[in-house]
Amino acid sequence: MTNELTCQELVELVTDYFENALTETERARVEQHLASCDGCDTYVEQMRETIETLGKLQEKDVSAEAQEKLLTVFRDWRLETGE
Amino acid sequence: MTASPPAFELSPTEQAQLAALRRGDENAFRELVAEYHGAMVRIAQMFVDDRDIAEQVAQEAWLGVLRGLERFQGRSSLKTWLFTIVSNLAKTRGKREKRTIPFSFFALRKLENYDQDTDEPAVPENRFRDAKDLYAGHWAMKPVPWEVDPERVALNSELMKYLEAAVEMLPEQQRIVITLRDIQGWTAEEVCNALGIAETNQRVLLHRARSKVRRAMEEYLQ
Repeated sequence: MTNELTCQELVELVTDYFENALTETERARVEQHLASCDGCDTYVEQMRETIETLGKLQEKDVSAEAQEKLLTVFRDWRLETGE
Repeated sequence: MTASPPAFELSPTEQAQLAALRRGDENAFRELVAEYHGAMVRIAQMFVDDRDIAEQVAQEAWLGVLRGLERFQGRSSLKTWLFTIVSNLAKTRGKREKRTIPFSFFALRKLENYDQDTDEPAVPENRFRDAKDLYAGHWAMKPVPWEVDPERVALNSELMKYLEAAVEMLPEQQRIVITLRDIQGWTAEEVCNALGIAETNQRVLLHRARSKVRRAMEEYLQ
């Protein structure tokens, strides 16, 4: 390992790190830095928590009203195509 | 433009869904609506303000889907095709409606450049020691661990609303990418295909978006 990463450099590599887009060398530098820097370790953990929390934003169910409208659209379309 | 893209084949499930739709099978349509309508409304909401308008756009998209069935050649998955139709419609619609920023976003405005698509750093410079310092580039103000229980965070509806707003406030491209990747759970490849962007570009947008949302979470949780 030649030059060490700074924290400011590390925070820009987090997504590439998560997405496995780093070279072996870069990955090793990131992991070496994380092993000895609690600030960056917390930072990476917060990025993970952010992603995890985003995943909990729920899809809303289809409303009965929308469902009805869509079925009408479907039936009209079927007539249109001459079924 | 040298190599041709790898041949794409619809999954057996999607082939069956497609065949049933073409036959005019109403149950197949119901199932597809149950599976994708919510996501389609959410996609539309990325481009238009109003939830009712997003709902309208998604409904129009379904009509486009039905009318396009005969022409659909299965060069992308059915899902990708549906989402492309709705995002194209919503984009056109979104240009007509001027986006306005709801009041609830004011808290996020404190975060500098939050809604700008500039080449901003993931963390503001002033959080790090400056060039004169022996430890230049290392934390001056370290992040403090959040005291949230990941299991219970979804129950905090105020935080969840704030998070939705934080995503909504992002510049358009970042908002689309983070929504598809982290909320809808698409793979990088699916996002690149649907949006027609390169893998590296997708990663840059995702990185900026996630970094900003983390800053927003930090702002809220402190």
